[in-house]
Amino acid sequence: MTATAVREDQAVSGGARVSAALWRRAWLRATLTLSPPLAWFLVIYLASLAVMLATAFWTVNPFTNSLEHTWSLANFQQIFTSTYLTIIARTVIMAAVVTVTDAVIAVPFAYYMARVATSRGRQALFVAVLLPLWASYLARVYAWIVILQKGGTLSWTFQKLGLGAVNIGYTNTAMWLVFSYIWLPFMIVPIYAALERIPDSLLEASGDLGARNWRTVRSVLLPLALPGVVAGSIFTFSLTLGDFITPILVGGANSNFIGNVIYANIGTAGNLPFAAALAVVPIVIMIFYLLGARLLGAFEAM
Amino acid sequence: MEGRLARIGLRIWVAGVLLFLFVPIATICLYAFNSSNVQSWPIAGLSTKWFTVAWNDPQVRAAFALSVKAGLFATAVALLLGSAAAFGVHRFRFFGREAVSLLLVLPLALPGIITGIALNSAFNFAGIDLSVFTIIIGHATFCIVVVYNNVLARLRRVSGSLYEAAADLGASGLFTFRTVTLPVMSTALISGALLAFALSFDEVIVTTFTAGAQNTLPLWIFGAIRLGQQLPEVNVVVTFVLLLTVIPVAIAVRLTGGGGMTRSSAGTARGAATGPAGAGAGDGQAAVDVALGANEP
Amino acid sequence: MLLAAASAAVLVAACGSSGSSGTSASGGSGTSGLTPPQASTPVPASVGKGEGHLNLIAWEGYAQPQWVKPFEQATGCQVSAKYAGSSSEMVSLMANGGGGQYDMVSASGDADLRLIYSGDVKPININLIPQWKNFHPFLQNPPFNTIGGKHYGASYEFGPNVLLYSKKAFPTAPTSWSVIYNPKYAGEVTVPNNPIQIADAALYLSKTKPSLGITDPYELTQPQFNATVSLLKQQKPLIKKYWDLASQEISLFQSGTTVVGAAWPYQTNTLVAAGAKVADTIPSQGATGWADTWMLATHAPHPNCAYKWVQWVTTPKVQAEQAVFFGETPANKLACPIMDQLSKGSCAAYHANAPEAYFQTLKFWKTPLATCDDGKNDCVPFQQWVTAWTQITG
Repeated sequence: MTATAVREDQAVSGGARVSAALWRRAWLRATLTLSPPLAWFLVIYLASLAVMLATAFWTVNPFTNSLEHTWSLANFQQIFTSTYLTIIARTVIMAAVVTVTDAVIAVPFAYYMARVATSRGRQALFVAVLLPLWASYLARVYAWIVILQKGGTLSWTFQKLGLGAVNIGYTNTAMWLVFSYIWLPFMIVPIYAALERIPDSLLEASGDLGARNWRTVRSVLLPLALPGVVAGSIFTFSLTLGDFITPILVGGANSNFIGNVIYANIGTAGNLPFAAALAVVPIVIMIFYLLGARLLGAFEAM
Repeated sequence: MEGRLARIGLRIWVAGVLLFLFVPIATICLYAFNSSNVQSWPIAGLSTKWFTVAWNDPQVRAAFALSVKAGLFATAVALLLGSAAAFGVHRFRFFGREAVSLLLVLPLALPGIITGIALNSAFNFAGIDLSVFTIIIGHATFCIVVVYNNVLARLRRVSGSLYEAAADLGASGLFTFRTVTLPVMSTALISGALLAFALSFDEVIVTTFTAGAQNTLPLWIFGAIRLGQQLPEVNVVVTFVLLLTVIPVAIAVRLTGGGGMTRSSAGTARGAATGPAGAGAGDGQAAVDVALGANEP
Repeated sequence: MLLAAASAAVLVAACGSSGSSGTSASGGSGTSGLTPPQASTPVPASVGKGEGHLNLIAWEGYAQPQWVKPFEQATGCQVSAKYAGSSSEMVSLMANGGGGQYDMVSASGDADLRLIYSGDVKPININLIPQWKNFHPFLQNPPFNTIGGKHYGASYEFGPNVLLYSKKAFPTAPTSWSVIYNPKYAGEVTVPNNPIQIADAALYLSKTKPSLGITDPYELTQPQFNATVSLLKQQKPLIKKYWDLASQEISLFQSGTTVVGAAWPYQTNTLVAAGAKVADTIPSQGATGWADTWMLATHAPHPNCAYKWVQWVTTPKVQAEQAVFFGETPANKLACPIMDQLSKGSCAAYHANAPEAYFQTLKFWKTPLATCDDGKNDCVPFQQWVTAWTQITG
């Protein structure tokens, strides 16, 4: 019996032997699987962030724009002045407003997509939502300029409808519109995914218990959609925090946001250390936001 | 479930949102025919001359080719590393697992300008010249996250009993991987790859900081916007890309059953068996799972 | 994770102060004691075969197909241009991503000196540029690109920052910069989003408030600086948008959103070509300006194509084409008659017939430094300009 077993063992192929060895050593499998991606993230991503963080403590030679590795807190001290605090506050408020706007627009749309539309309709809507992402982001923002400018498409439409001319080009209102527009698909998709997963039986049960439609929506659907809203909000919030293209193209005289001030400090001002210091602000904000999102998600665990 | 009034209201809302989404797209397509090189409303005049200009423009071709090249390489890297990471996080319990999950979401959760500045600083510091290579590195970094999310979401919906059943039937680890795991992951890989490629193709913020003298298509568009002399050409190019991608996107949505979800109470189990459930909305699904803090099996 | 990040940071710190370049130049003319790092780099004796590519950093409008295509056909050097909207941006591009990426940069006077003293550009052999002998004498060896007898590039063209106005709002040309500070045009004014704009305001004050004693708009003492900043803060409510990109100002005027503002002649010419009713002028207080030089990057990957480019763009025909397109004055004496062929009267309109006198009237861009030209150390340096500008526009 033993002899046969030994001979059979030796007849096992090399590949099977490798996989057997791996099967027994979970840590080896884990290491092999995880090392490449982790190595990438450590060596490339984290290390880059560390370099940027270090740069935030340096200064720059004003004449030659080259970095001077003298350590100082001057950049951070400058951020805590009213000019930059206003800019940061303005950006955070805009991000919050855009997130709420997108959530409000997306929930009914996602509900329709997930629970009302036919299978064909759902696919068509899905394509319709994803398609704009393939038309260049820059071109879409630029198209809004012509729509919102004085005498532009929006104003022309309003006039034809008898509502009088509007001139909201180059204002923060314009920016709110454009941001909400650009990030909308990122909000729709997670909410749709969340709504789609709700089993019919839950809603039927709610009906059986006597709740009318609106009550079911309020007490069953919306809470279950919340994780999707939170997920989408991560994108809308962080994308608004760091965007510099929209403030530059669509913003007006009061549109200094974190993104374009950082960009200006790299380009026009040539002050990379200060730009890096400013960049720390969105990182800190987003870390808090992610922690908060995790908390909210944990409460809604399905 | 909804009343008639609610249904009509919803239909109007959906129509309104679709209008909102597509008016700028329509504007772009319209202004591709603009005879003047300055964008004003009403449109100055109609002309197809910019189509010829765009077709013959070597810079546009070069930029388009570079975008495709960078996108393909970045997606390839992302597929390998992203699925490996998803696999590792899903299957193994190890010290620092939560931290790793958080880390792997950062490139998408942090604004792009930060990734851009960070990479730029690092390349300068390490003395690496900005080139196609650095563009690909930048793109791959967030593409990995997209694929990771998609695959992880998919893996979470697959019952572990599948693997145990395969082992019970005598399959070795590698065999199981080839015949069970890969097919199950395939739709997540496809949708992840598509989303990653889309993000890379249209990416401008990180690319501004990681490109040298080369232009990807978005960089070329940004340059053209700065110049203001060939805006209709930009619209022509964008319209062309849009037309080019309508069919693949439609096919992808159909393949991954973006719409074909089951809504029964046994949805999860059925979803695992039929495969595509949720994969089409993989990114959103995964994002939901991230938000749910679902690190448990 | 944190450990890895921390150790990376320590590594970065340990690699310490090798990054910054040798010179810590502290003055515009106060650089007189310093030698440019590339001063002793040898120059080629002849121009070899083209390498097939040319990477430029240029102002918008400096690489138009009109003269780029013939160049590409004649030399086989495919041109790719990256646009920059300010001198600082050019300096940054050359410093950060520049080593071995770009061949040439069309830098203005203030950027010229910064590039020279940071070692990012190297001398050229001016004898390889045959058209140089046809340059106006004052542009052959100007102090912003010729140091110690070495030419760090060839002068290209120069021009003013003009007052752009809508003919509907101003039937006759405004004669004073006061119009952009006038509340009558609230919400209809636009100026560049560039800290160097402070100099334009200072120039205005130098003529309208002589008591401040401003002589050089780039060398401002603290009280002069404060007065200028307060004028700009008063202007802020009038501004519809601070333009970052030339095409933005074009859009603003095209749609009638703004009726007056500070611009480059490039915007005027593009608007007029598109049928807009605008014009530009230099008011009585004068104007700031820029004088551009095509400079050769120290690590240029395609130096032969670079030399061919300079040879090409200094020919009278291209000089004339560029001048008429952008609205500036060419360095080459022989361009004037060709300009009139391209656009009647343009030679006189852009002062190409009497450039030197015109040149002296413009206050060319200079990097504001702490050391004033008169040797004192109380001038406000550029970094404070940047901070003040963010405050103003905030």
